[in-house]
Amino acid sequence: MLVRLRQPKREITVDGVRTVNQLLDSLEMNRESFLVIRNGTLVPGDGRLDDNDTIEIRPVVSGG
Amino acid sequence: MSGSKCRVCREPAIIDLPRHNANFCAEHLLQLCRRQVEKAIKDYDMLSPDDRILVAVSGGKDSLAVWDILTELGYSADGLYIGLGIGEYSDVSYEFTRDFADERGLHLTTVDLRDEYGYDVPTAAKVTKRVPCSACGMSKRHIFDAAALEGGYDVVVTGHNLDDEAAVLFGNTLRWDIDYLARQLPVLPARDGFPKKVKPLVRLTEREMAAWCIVRGIDYQVEECPMALGNKHLSYKEALNAIERESPGSKAAFYLEFVDKMAPLLADRRSSERSRLVACTSCGAPTTEPDSGADPVCAFCRLQERTAGVEPVPVEMVLNKKARKAYLAAQAAAGGDD
Repeated sequence: MLVRLRQPKREITVDGVRTVNQLLDSLEMNRESFLVIRNGTLVPGDGRLDDNDTIEIRPVVSGG
Repeated sequence: MSGSKCRVCREPAIIDLPRHNANFCAEHLLQLCRRQVEKAIKDYDMLSPDDRILVAVSGGKDSLAVWDILTELGYSADGLYIGLGIGEYSDVSYEFTRDFADERGLHLTTVDLRDEYGYDVPTAAKVTKRVPCSACGMSKRHIFDAAALEGGYDVVVTGHNLDDEAAVLFGNTLRWDIDYLARQLPVLPARDGFPKKVKPLVRLTEREMAAWCIVRGIDYQVEECPMALGNKHLSYKEALNAIERESPGSKAAFYLEFVDKMAPLLADRRSSERSRLVACTSCGAPTTEPDSGADPVCAFCRLQERTAGVEPVPVEMVLNKKARKAYLAAQAAAGGDD
């Protein structure tokens, strides 16, 4: 699947993960610090993912 | 599709909130957020229905969300945005703020730091040789306070959320900074030339606030402020989120129990701090009385004096090596989008 990351904006390809939590774990991202969005909609931790998906992983932590 | 169901209606969930040991659909996530804000307002006596409210807006998720929630709850709230002069980051942040206000017919006032006061945050950081967040925070507080008093507002609302407050508490506790701990409350009453200041989001995490914006279709500045990259506040948040992941609810317990149990024990410290304030001889704002007996001049006026006539400093000139590398990478990525 195509994964869009922020801070800074970039894209990577990740295949073989089945859920949001697996995706975040595979990228060593803390679930408390990110949200996953597909087609403008939030996907929960156990949400199923497909290799054809385009996903945004949005960081929620701000330092201001 | 997900297997999890909303705790309230059993429809498919869009978010899991481990600290509530529950999942929520969009409708009931919004309900949860509204109720947490209402509870904070009631528990800490933050707002009255007829208050004239000034919201400190930055274009980020928290300030836009709190403005949105208060408006939804029926409060009369105007926004004040400060142009900090942090390059493209500030330009984009302003666009999100302006568009939010325009789309909802809300009143927004804008103050540009350089146009109005002759400096910007990168220049202030260079001149003071201190971390940019120091001059930035102090400038914002001064301008919001002054605007609230001049505009006849009853209260200033900021978008500080549970993560922000827990991180500040963590830092203050690491240093046992009693004066800062004594002042770290969800409500600061009006006094001696300071307006009342409240933080209605203290019961909500920044993950919940980002979710609010996504569900409500609010576009906001997702990118991090380049001046904040690598600051201590972010490292404290990272540490707290590592704890939160292992022990959900830890951040809420740390901060909210501090407010309930520890802050009352520091009341005497707040009283002694109050007696030392005098009026700035330059602008009239309340400031600490100098020990030397010199004329009291507030930190904002001193900064304005030091930066007067100094040429604007580019953002990348005041970043440390790691932050500069990240900033230039972000600039390159943004250029690739065009």
